[in-house]
Amino acid sequence: MRSPFRPDAPPDPGVLDDHRALIRSLQRRKLLRGGISLGALSLLTGCDVSSSTSVGKALNLISAWNDRVQAALFDPDKLAPTYPASMILRPPKFNAYFDITELKPVDAATWKLELSGLIADKRPWTAERFATLPQSSMVIRHICVEGWDYIGGWSGPTLRSFLERVGADLTAKYVAFQTADDYPSSIDMPTALHPQTLLATKYGGQTLDDPFGFPLRLRMATKLGYKNPKWITAITVTNRYPGGYWESLGENWFGGI
Amino acid sequence: MAAATTAGPRLHPLGVRIMHWTNAAAMLIMITSGWGIYDDYVIVNGLHFPPALRLGSWAVPSLLWHFAGMWLLALNGLAYLIYGVVTGRLRERLLPIRASEVLSTVRDTLHFKIAHDDITVYNAVQKLLYVVVILAGIAQVVTGLLIWKPVQFSSAAALLGGFQALRLEHFIGMTIIVGFLVVHVALSLLVPSTLWAMLTGGPRRPRGAVRP
Repeated sequence: MRSPFRPDAPPDPGVLDDHRALIRSLQRRKLLRGGISLGALSLLTGCDVSSSTSVGKALNLISAWNDRVQAALFDPDKLAPTYPASMILRPPKFNAYFDITELKPVDAATWKLELSGLIADKRPWTAERFATLPQSSMVIRHICVEGWDYIGGWSGPTLRSFLERVGADLTAKYVAFQTADDYPSSIDMPTALHPQTLLATKYGGQTLDDPFGFPLRLRMATKLGYKNPKWITAITVTNRYPGGYWESLGENWFGGI
Repeated sequence: MAAATTAGPRLHPLGVRIMHWTNAAAMLIMITSGWGIYDDYVIVNGLHFPPALRLGSWAVPSLLWHFAGMWLLALNGLAYLIYGVVTGRLRERLLPIRASEVLSTVRDTLHFKIAHDDITVYNAVQKLLYVVVILAGIAQVVTGLLIWKPVQFSSAAALLGGFQALRLEHFIGMTIIVGFLVVHVALSLLVPSTLWAMLTGGPRRPRGAVRP
């Protein structure tokens, strides 16, 4: 019987000529070597932690338990250390899941912040409107989960003042973010209401530059770097666990420091 | 052999053996997953740990292992310390350590005179190494906790020099423990009766030797 996966007519052999360069670049030897080393790695360590294996499931369960431990350790009144403005690194360190050459700047003229979920006033916000909220500034240490850090100076309204202005349900569990770079993220409400959690519009006293989240980004003094989404386009207040970009790849959700 | 025929307790009671091997597993998880985390942003330029030695195929699985293993290490370590203090085992086995004894043991060892006829008695160097590795283990839990929560415990983190100093201290602690591990495993293989004792309990000791 003819396989249902085979086309009735064979493909035009001309496609091989059209893609000659690509085919050559596949380099069978490299593929073979890569396959062998990957296989050897999983055999040696026996530690494939994809969430489909039982070990992976157990590790993810413990990570969820660690979320609860971190929520208990989080003190809503505890302020992170702050530093003099002279220590601010200029420009800040660029960091994203893509290279800076692939950056797609946001056009402030057409940009709008969409609101959804447990929020009373869901009308979208424009960039100018954020200047009408009371402004805060903080010079804090940015700590990346990888181990590097730097001192950065951020300004903008607190997320709390914004959530209060739009009539968000402050007893909800999560605040979730969508971004122009497809980097969904979410945080717990106690951290969202912390005085050092800003919707930052400025760095070092200047309007944010494109690589660092213009026109609006989240900046928290109490969480690791990857928890701070840039180029925010939508905010949702919800009681349903929203997850996030790195979290879907296994990174811990709470990410508190 | 000095082993008493009176039914005294074994050199390594069952609880000690369980905690020892639990600790061995926890330490291996913490060391090898820690190497995976370290490689993401190295402390010593040019020093990377090869993937074959790392637990976790990339940084995120290594982090998951590290933050799971920490519970095993800390809870088992706490149980060991409480047991050791309450039963008096820690003080009885590891103290006192006299400098003169340490020097004479080192001198004997350099002359290839390793006295291990009676494995129920620890020499001064052994005692010193065990005390150092226990303290290093405690330090790892403290510096690890502060690297995890440098804001919530900001005063303690500042006291130990801040975030990057803590990473370095955590790395040095690992180096001390790995150094201990190499010597510890090598000697247990040179004197296999000690390894056997940690599996089966070892010789019984005379009753009078144990403090209440």
